[in-house]
Amino acid sequence: MFPELNNLLNTTPDQVEQGKLTLLCDAKTDGSFLVHHFLSFYLKANCKVCFVALIQSFSHYNIVGQKLGVSLTTARECGQLVFLEGLKSAVDVFFRPQEEPHPLQFLREANSGNLQPLYEFVQEALKPMDSGEAAWRCPVLLVDDLSVLLSLGVGAVAVLDFVHYCRATVCREWKGNVVALVHDSGDAEDEENDILLNGLGHQSHLILRAEGLATGFCKDVHGQPKGSS
Amino acid sequence: MAAAATCSTGTRSTGSMVVAASRNNVTSFQRRGPRTSGTDSGCSRLVSISGTRPSVRNGQLLVSTGLPALDQLLGGGLAVGTVLLIEEDKYNIYSPLLFKYFLAEGIVTGHTLLVASAKEDPADILQELPAPLLDDNCKKECDEDICNHKTESNVKMKIAWRYQLLPKIEARPVSSSRFGHYYDVSKRIPQELIEASKWHGFFLPEKISSTLNEDPCSLNHGYIKLLQFIQNIIYKEGFDGSNPQKKQKNILRIGIQNLGSPLWGDDICWTENCDSNCSLTKFLYMLRGLLRTSLSACIITVPTHLIQNKAIIARVTNLSDTVVGLESFIGSEKETNPLYKDYHGLIHIRQIPQLNNLICDVSDVKDLAFKLKRKLFTIERLHLPPDLSDTVSRSSKQDLAESAKLLGPGCGMTARGKKHLDF
Repeated sequence: MFPELNNLLNTTPDQVEQGKLTLLCDAKTDGSFLVHHFLSFYLKANCKVCFVALIQSFSHYNIVGQKLGVSLTTARECGQLVFLEGLKSAVDVFFRPQEEPHPLQFLREANSGNLQPLYEFVQEALKPMDSGEAAWRCPVLLVDDLSVLLSLGVGAVAVLDFVHYCRATVCREWKGNVVALVHDSGDAEDEENDILLNGLGHQSHLILRAEGLATGFCKDVHGQPKGSS
Repeated sequence: MAAAATCSTGTRSTGSMVVAASRNNVTSFQRRGPRTSGTDSGCSRLVSISGTRPSVRNGQLLVSTGLPALDQLLGGGLAVGTVLLIEEDKYNIYSPLLFKYFLAEGIVTGHTLLVASAKEDPADILQELPAPLLDDNCKKECDEDICNHKTESNVKMKIAWRYQLLPKIEARPVSSSRFGHYYDVSKRIPQELIEASKWHGFFLPEKISSTLNEDPCSLNHGYIKLLQFIQNIIYKEGFDGSNPQKKQKNILRIGIQNLGSPLWGDDICWTENCDSNCSLTKFLYMLRGLLRTSLSACIITVPTHLIQNKAIIARVTNLSDTVVGLESFIGSEKETNPLYKDYHGLIHIRQIPQLNNLICDVSDVKDLAFKLKRKLFTIERLHLPPDLSDTVSRSSKQDLAESAKLLGPGCGMTARGKKHLDF
């Protein structure tokens, strides 16, 4: 969690806004520090987090999280964090066929896949407990990242549908938040990615954009962030 | 491992939903120092695998790429569990060299190799690996050379003493250390070393003749076979920790040549439409999944100059960890440019992974060039040729500027500067 970013966004772990979709975007630089920030922020804010991590392994996030002051292993053990490790699950679903629907079922499908099993996983993970007492503050869905779904054969429309469903359930119904990272391909003319980015840009309450410097590479300054809501 | 991970629909406790089995996972990203969870396969064992060393920045386990200069540029070496993507140069002359260095390093350090190619038989590739410089005689010669060089350089640097403080990219074999060796490209690797090593070969024309009996996942048939082969080797030989009886842990070095070329049955090199085509990206994702859960490192060469669709190149770059691009001067206008006359090409470090860290280890040198000497492949910082006198410098600088400008428009114009006017 970065205090400067918290100041810019006017949030603290004690008062968390609810019902928001935040879009994280990076262009010509790596925006994963934003993901780490939000992960540690929401864990410190005592929210229930469902983290769909498609790009890196659990230990990577854990080690960075420890540097930022949260322990993912403890959070996972006590039920605050539900972690879907995409890489490991993909290997399982690809090489060993599963009987029951797996969240990453679309990897086995021939044509542009269906993200419904993934949505059901998220729904199952974040649904409020029926016991009545609220152990955690609000549910949060964090996705790192959505662009890789396009590389895996899912169409942009399917991804937009998935985010829409998640927003309807998590943000509207359960008053939680959704945070997702999308890479901006810039001049690489990735049409599907642009569709996804524009669509999510319209739907989101806050867009945080990490850009590389326009003048090129600099060793000390990695880029500039921009925020718009 | 998979059975433990998939839990029944009856009791779904959200805490143990996916993957983390109760026993320890031997992933490659382990920290140095005592682990508080008290699981076995501690770090002391990982550190003692031959040919590896932990990174000084974050304790990441690293292996050498075979070129100590490249290791230095990548922040110490290639991290175990990651993919090194080499963007091939135009006529595929220099990228096979980097590929062979990687494999030769594996043989010298005793790692297991897995070589996959659609063009050459892996056995033939192994025959052509460069010979390592391990002799004592050679080491003595090198030491003598170093002494001479050092005394020379001490004498030289009396005036330009500030340059002595700058770290140099090593261009000569300094010492034969356990991590990173030097190779003689003009000689072949001794047959005994190949025979003593353990390697697996995947030659596409041999493997693809069998019938396809599993359901297609919109992945190229060749890629499916390769993934299954890799996964099989990892599982059978215990690189993913599934065989706990193995005493000595070892690294699996995977080399895949010309991935994405038409020889693999992939059509991204001749179609522009990227909607329906995601075989290569899906393959890279699955490969990443296999690598992250095993003690292995992978080098891939991809002919990105043939790929028509820039979006696919961007996606491929995002799915790889370390990306190095080679640009050779053969056949291009730069061949005659006096700026580049000492070198054979440029080397671009396009991406370095940020693993277990918020920032990555970017070197501050961005303009690097390589040259292939008779025995050695060197990477050096690109620098302008020295100016000797005023008039010479003016003309050479103007020539360079003109030639740099004229290279843009291209055909019909020669890269010859205008004569500067003398007053």
